Amino acid sequence: MRLLHRFHGGVHPDEHKRESSELPSARAPLPSKLTLLLQQHIGAKAKALVQAGDQVLKGQMLARAEGNMSAAIHAPTSGTVLSVELHTVPHPSGLPDLCITLAPDGADKWADHAPFDYRALPKEELLAKLRDGGIVGLGGATFPTHVKFASGPVQTLVLNGAECEPWITTDDRLMRERAAEIVQGIEILRHLVSPSETVIGIEDNKPQAIAAMQQACANTGIEVVTVPTLYPTGGEKQLVKILTGKEVPSGGRPFNIGVTCGNVATAYAVHRLVHHGEPMISRLVTVTGAVKSPQNFEVLLGTPIAELVQCAGSALPGADGYIFGGPMMGLHVSDAQLPVVKSTNCIIVKSPQLFPAPPPALPCIRCTRCAQACPADLQPQELYWFAKAKEFGKAQEYHLFDCIECGACAYVCPSHIPLVQYYRFAKSEIWAREKEKNAADAARIRHEFRLERIERDKREKAEKLAQKEKAALSAAPADSAPVAATPTSSDDAAPASPEQAVIAAAIERAKQQAAQIQPKNTDHLTPQQQADIAEIEARRAHIREIAHQPTESPKE
Amino acid sequence: MFTALYVMAGIALVLGAVLGYSAIHFKVEGNPLVDKIDAVLPQTQCGQCGYPGCKPYATAIAEGSADINKCPPGGEDGIRKLAELLGVEFKPFGEGAAQPKPKSVAFIDENICIGCTLCIQACPVDAISGAAKQMHTIIAAECTGCELCIAPCPVDCISMVALPQTIQTWKWQYPVYTMRQAA
Amino acid sequence: MENYLLLLIGTVFVNNIVMVKILGLCPFMGVSKKLETALGMGAATTFVLTLGSGSSYLINQYLLGPNLAYLTTLSFIVVIAGIVQFTEMAVEKISPPLYQVLGIYLPLITTNCAVLGIPLLNVQQKHDFFESLLFGFGGSVGFTLVMVLFAGIRERLEGADIPDIFKGSAIAMVTAGLMSLSFMGFSGLVKL
Repeated sequence: MRLLHRFHGGVHPDEHKRESSELPSARAPLPSKLTLLLQQHIGAKAKALVQAGDQVLKGQMLARAEGNMSAAIHAPTSGTVLSVELHTVPHPSGLPDLCITLAPDGADKWADHAPFDYRALPKEELLAKLRDGGIVGLGGATFPTHVKFASGPVQTLVLNGAECEPWITTDDRLMRERAAEIVQGIEILRHLVSPSETVIGIEDNKPQAIAAMQQACANTGIEVVTVPTLYPTGGEKQLVKILTGKEVPSGGRPFNIGVTCGNVATAYAVHRLVHHGEPMISRLVTVTGAVKSPQNFEVLLGTPIAELVQCAGSALPGADGYIFGGPMMGLHVSDAQLPVVKSTNCIIVKSPQLFPAPPPALPCIRCTRCAQACPADLQPQELYWFAKAKEFGKAQEYHLFDCIECGACAYVCPSHIPLVQYYRFAKSEIWAREKEKNAADAARIRHEFRLERIERDKREKAEKLAQKEKAALSAAPADSAPVAATPTSSDDAAPASPEQAVIAAAIERAKQQAAQIQPKNTDHLTPQQQADIAEIEARRAHIREIAHQPTESPKE
Repeated sequence: MFTALYVMAGIALVLGAVLGYSAIHFKVEGNPLVDKIDAVLPQTQCGQCGYPGCKPYATAIAEGSADINKCPPGGEDGIRKLAELLGVEFKPFGEGAAQPKPKSVAFIDENICIGCTLCIQACPVDAISGAAKQMHTIIAAECTGCELCIAPCPVDCISMVALPQTIQTWKWQYPVYTMRQAA
Repeated sequence: MENYLLLLIGTVFVNNIVMVKILGLCPFMGVSKKLETALGMGAATTFVLTLGSGSSYLINQYLLGPNLAYLTTLSFIVVIAGIVQFTEMAVEKISPPLYQVLGIYLPLITTNCAVLGIPLLNVQQKHDFFESLLFGFGGSVGFTLVMVLFAGIRERLEGADIPDIFKGSAIAMVTAGLMSLSFMGFSGLVKL
């Protein structure tokens, strides 16, 4: 019997899970087109390997992982690549990002794929296979699984089956229907991190899932633990605290306290890759909200949500938007052509009845209900105060970056202040400033190096010149002897110093060159030209005479 | 009366001795403030402040001969940081003075470039790659957008391209919500 | 002993030099924008006041005596000026950022009416040496306390929604007045 702990705070929003949890999951039909983002994970964007016009098979790698912190993207079905270009993506900015669009050909033909024996491979190769299989964390953060599980041995492996957010039931159905496969996936993860204990945490509002997992985990040494239903129990740090009693340190990861946490859907995906050779091309998605028949579907990645909503019997009249994810942390969008991505666990169709517009915000009355609700034990009212005043230094002092943006504070706020927006603003502002500062520091280093380089070049030039002069001067005494021997009419005394010897030698060279110059065109001269030449020569001789006479002293 | 004088002179002498000793003992070399100010400046080395680089401007601020609102690339944010560092009041950018512009990087039109290296000599962070009679190109990752290369180019082949906002460079905006008005 | 304790408490709370005696308002208003600066200023003033208080007593008692009583103000000022200069050099060496942020207010400790007022009050109230020291120390601790409280409030006010017309010194003055009101609550705590 495991002793459970509690995390600070937490809220009890209405669950709305029964709407979609009672029907078995169905397979969504092949959509008309698929849009695959190259960035469906934390880390570097995947690099496209295909171009428009290429024929691809199901499961074929369309984009490879770029570096270690990345994951590959695969074709969810066979067909033709339409384009590799910018498309609107499910992102709060509304900005486009690089996507591969695929037109299915209906044949759904698989590429060559085969299971492999994970125990026979060295760990690095197994992790590389996870990366090339596009396996990322399906709890919502899409952290590349091969990076998380490359950590080495840990004390505890926690599997997250809590699914605490209202409306979402995908993990619930997955555990009910595919418990055995999840356990097989967990075995692979256990092989990677060799934990002393493996625990699955499931909220108590999913009794059938608990029963199914308990049955599947019999005699495996995996412990299935029922945790009380509370939002946000499914948060990684919160679940770790509940199951192990240990708190992840501020700014740290569960790995720092010897725990690794993964989602049950991730374990299932790992199983499909290893035991069936299937890379990540589809996932279970809950379609719920204002739809005729809310249900879970096995959806190909890249399916436009418009077609997905059709599978659930089309939206009810009055539907005015969609939520990617749950009501507490999800992304609100209105474009129905946005594709399903790896992090999409739920599509909620909004309507004014289900999700009325939030009332206008009032000033903060400092009631501290938010501080009571915060699962990360922070002071949301202080963070709000500082984020509002843009005092980012103080916000960081109050541990802004430990906020998991769960929305519990905004849920309880009696003034209906959208608190999470302020924290997101403060965080992204701080990151942007840090980026700028790093760029400025790099520019400063380059500038200082450039100044140094110019100085160095000057110095080196001066040194070279000095050396050249020295070399020339040491050779000069050998030159000056023939210079002194040749009588020149304009010389005064014999050259006194080596510099003068060098100069005298240069003058001599110039004179010799001048002497070597012969007048040209002296053949076949006409008598007139000869007379002109004689006149010019006479004038020159006269001038030379005058030049060599001593100058008269000017009369006073 | 003389006792008064002696007493005061005595006090003065003692204090003078103590202060003289401590002046030598507590001597502070250099001016670390300049480095602190320089750390706040954006290192564009553009000269828009009127000084030939960020370090000279920092020195001028430390001496008190320059105002803190002269640096457009630092933006209002930079002025606030300087005001905080120096303990002075925040001062917005002057009316006719240079204003902050969106971040842009230089771009060389390679069809026109003649390979004269004048821009390479002008770039304060060595962000232009090239050599005499060889093609020049801007290393966009290192370009700070200072625009010092545009003037020397004899064929006017350098232009400034504003950086587009992508998902990677996007950041959350300051939340602006209408509050409920009192009835 | 009890007498000294009462003197200390009285000087720190009941007869707080800033809030009740209304001395030393210049650095109180000028340096209290940030907590670290206020603390640094308080520490510098404590050093100056305690040392100044003690040395002023000694000079007054032994050097000036009853005949040269008219030199008290002059000699106190000279001693305080010397100590402040020494403190300035020490702060510049030990903590250059604090030196930069305090700026002109560090040498202005010389003209801080509290720093001259405490030694003069010592003379007036005929404290002995230890009482003088305690009075000086208690006064400066009270000064630091109020500075820190005020700086904390001002830091919070930075993020508040203050009407434009009140921003800056105006709201600071209002706050100082309210703090002074609150310190009136201590009256009657100790009868000095």
